Amino acid sequence: MVEYVGFQGYEEEEDTLRGKYLTFLIGSDSYGIELRYVTEIIGIQPVTEVPELPDYIRGVINQRGRIIPIMDVRLRFRKPFREYDDRTCVIIVEMSGITMGLVVDSVADVLSIPDENIVEPPEIQKNYNRYVLGIASAGDDVKLILDCNKILTDDEVEQLSQL
Amino acid sequence: MADKFINDSMLEVYVFETLQNIEQLENAVLESEKTGRYSAAAINEVFRIMHTIKGSSAMMMLDNLAELAHKMEDLFYYIRETQPKQVDYAALSDLVLSGIDFIQAELKKIQNKEPANGDVSDLLAAITAFLEHLKAANGDFKQEQNTLPAQPAAGGGQAAQPAGKLAAYEAVLYYEEGCEMENIRAYGVIHNLQEMVEDLYYRPADILENDETAAYIREHGFTVGVLTARPAEEMRRFFEDVLFLEKLEFRELDAATFTARKSGAATGRAQVKAATAEFGENEEKSGAQKAAAVATAGQGMISVNVAKLDKLMDLVGEMVIAEAMVVQNPDLAGLELENFRQAARQLHKITSEIQDLVMSVRMVPLANTFLKMQRIVRDMSKKLQKEVKLQLIDEDTEVDKNIIEHISDPLMHLIRNAVDHGLETAEERLAAGKDKTGTVVLEARNVGNHVLIMVRDDGRGLDKEKILRRAEKNNILTKPAEEMTEKEIFQLIFLPGFSTSEQITEYSGRGVGMDVVAKNLEKVGGSVSVDSVSGQGTTLTLKLPLTMAIIEGMNLTVGRARYTIPISAIKESVRLENHKLIKDTDGNEMLLVRGECYPIIRLHEFFKIPTEVTNLEDGIFILVDYEDKPFCLFVDDLLGQQEVVVKALPRYIQNKRIRGIGGCTLLGDGSISLILDVSGFVA
Repeated sequence: MVEYVGFQGYEEEEDTLRGKYLTFLIGSDSYGIELRYVTEIIGIQPVTEVPELPDYIRGVINQRGRIIPIMDVRLRFRKPFREYDDRTCVIIVEMSGITMGLVVDSVADVLSIPDENIVEPPEIQKNYNRYVLGIASAGDDVKLILDCNKILTDDEVEQLSQL
Repeated sequence: MADKFINDSMLEVYVFETLQNIEQLENAVLESEKTGRYSAAAINEVFRIMHTIKGSSAMMMLDNLAELAHKMEDLFYYIRETQPKQVDYAALSDLVLSGIDFIQAELKKIQNKEPANGDVSDLLAAITAFLEHLKAANGDFKQEQNTLPAQPAAGGGQAAQPAGKLAAYEAVLYYEEGCEMENIRAYGVIHNLQEMVEDLYYRPADILENDETAAYIREHGFTVGVLTARPAEEMRRFFEDVLFLEKLEFRELDAATFTARKSGAATGRAQVKAATAEFGENEEKSGAQKAAAVATAGQGMISVNVAKLDKLMDLVGEMVIAEAMVVQNPDLAGLELENFRQAARQLHKITSEIQDLVMSVRMVPLANTFLKMQRIVRDMSKKLQKEVKLQLIDEDTEVDKNIIEHISDPLMHLIRNAVDHGLETAEERLAAGKDKTGTVVLEARNVGNHVLIMVRDDGRGLDKEKILRRAEKNNILTKPAEEMTEKEIFQLIFLPGFSTSEQITEYSGRGVGMDVVAKNLEKVGGSVSVDSVSGQGTTLTLKLPLTMAIIEGMNLTVGRARYTIPISAIKESVRLENHKLIKDTDGNEMLLVRGECYPIIRLHEFFKIPTEVTNLEDGIFILVDYEDKPFCLFVDDLLGQQEVVVKALPRYIQNKRIRGIGGCTLLGDGSISLILDVSGFVA
């Protein structure tokens, strides 16, 4: 790696993040998000509730002076709430200018998954698999690759489907 | 293509510098217009700025801007060189100002990351036409020279005096590095020499025509030879006084060498004289001195990206909190720690000093914003055919950078109103026994934690009857007209949908009125009020907080949540005990305090926060006076008063636009408190 300098090295770094996924658990389900959106993983911290937000936005936390909203991924997927414990993690992701902490049951691993091992989710009906970008097989396990962008911004669809 | 190799930071610097340049340019033009003619210094200034813009725009591959600047430069080059007698200065100012507007518009596009592709051809044509016209009226450069010998030698008799003994000297001037435009400066020297010497030569000769000579002078110095009756000491002093001089070589020559060298130098004295004849020496000097003052002031300043300052401020805020966390650490409770306390006090002293300093760094004088208003007054007085004088008082008062950005538009609006509606026409003024020229005063003043900005005109004053009629017509009267005090009537103009001008002019009365001004100011925690005496004028007063970043807040609790409400919004806080609770037929609760009725907003209901304090007797009421719509907030308890650093909510939450919450802050223990926005509760 030493021979890579300057701009080239930078590109190389971008490349090393491509195809890598951070996997985490919710219940017994394993999910993955692209590593390049992840800036930090921290333990759960005292949360300040903010009124008038959807229930899956738990509130805001103070991460070294930065105020970051946190979203409970469990609630986002309409699974029952689970008390936070030692294993609960906040994955801080940053994309299209929005920073968000994702609360997950536990963080598992960083995996390299080649593109050919990821298949598109079946389209059975509308609103099905809304947040799933692809289904990946890694070893004997199956991971659902999530679409970060949709998780962060896909409110309107949600509201419509609840009507 | 252009954006391929021009990076953003370069572009940013370019925009910043060009904006500064055109600001200077605008001031120079407006200043000249006041005096009715362009001084040599002003012409030089315009020329210099256009030259700079031309160069940097070309580098940024903004061809239209470069072309425009080039044309302007041509125009002013002609004016500077020929000193034409007949110049329509008003038209010239208009031309330059429209050029400024164009550049400004293009820069805005660049800032918004749009392609700067405005069509410049109309402007170019206008400038060319103007230049042609000038040439036709005044003759071209060369003709001008021929007419010159007829003029008396500038500066009086010295040159003509056959003074005693003539001596020849040669001086080589080296300018300071980075002073730029050495050729122009050298030209200034030659010009000043005119009156002191019998004859002279200089190298390089074509300093005016050829900008490349600047580089030559930078390298090899500027050589001047003079033949003069004055003593060597005086000549040496003259050269030593040249601005930006780095090094001077001064020596005596004998007459023969002088003649030989003179013939070697391509240019003789006549031409120089021709070119400089009309430059007033004083103007030249004061211009140069001003430039020097600007340059020295510039060396002590750096410009910093505001984002960095914001970051710095965040960090300092965090440091203050971290300090509290250390000093008030629960692990220390009950321990006798004399040395530790002493060190902690020292630390506290330093952190609070840093905090003050960081705050002061963000403070910017209002002068720039005020100066912008001059342009508006000028344009309007021309269009509306009113003579208006804008007077600035204490424009160096400082305000937080963020606030300045928010008051520019409201201020512009107020100034427009003052000139358009406030001031009478010249005839009306004369009939009323006033000076023909109307005056608008723009004054800033520091009052405690606030800055007041006053816009005062000596016009006709507000017409109470008219305001009332208009308010009645638009159905915005809050109570019967007879019961209203003068002040209440005046405040009506800040209500939405109000505009007193009968005629809609270009400048005001486009439906957006004073209510927008009031709204804009509220955003930064300011307010606006009006006072007026019929026939004598109107004063509008903007009250602004010194800084938005730190506010005095009252912390309160509702359930487990903590909130902070700006002290400035609180009138008082009361318990139910002695006051009366009223319920209307719909079950809305109201609190009667000293005869005034306040609707109750239960914060826990408003925000749906679970709390045990739902009985009105157990909690506390905060009376809030918002825009004559007083109400009271019911909360669990007050925690105390504290200075808090205001932080913006994260983008994601901002996008949700939660009513009643304006921001957040970190409390001493590191927890987050949401800052209430009282305007959200009544909207």
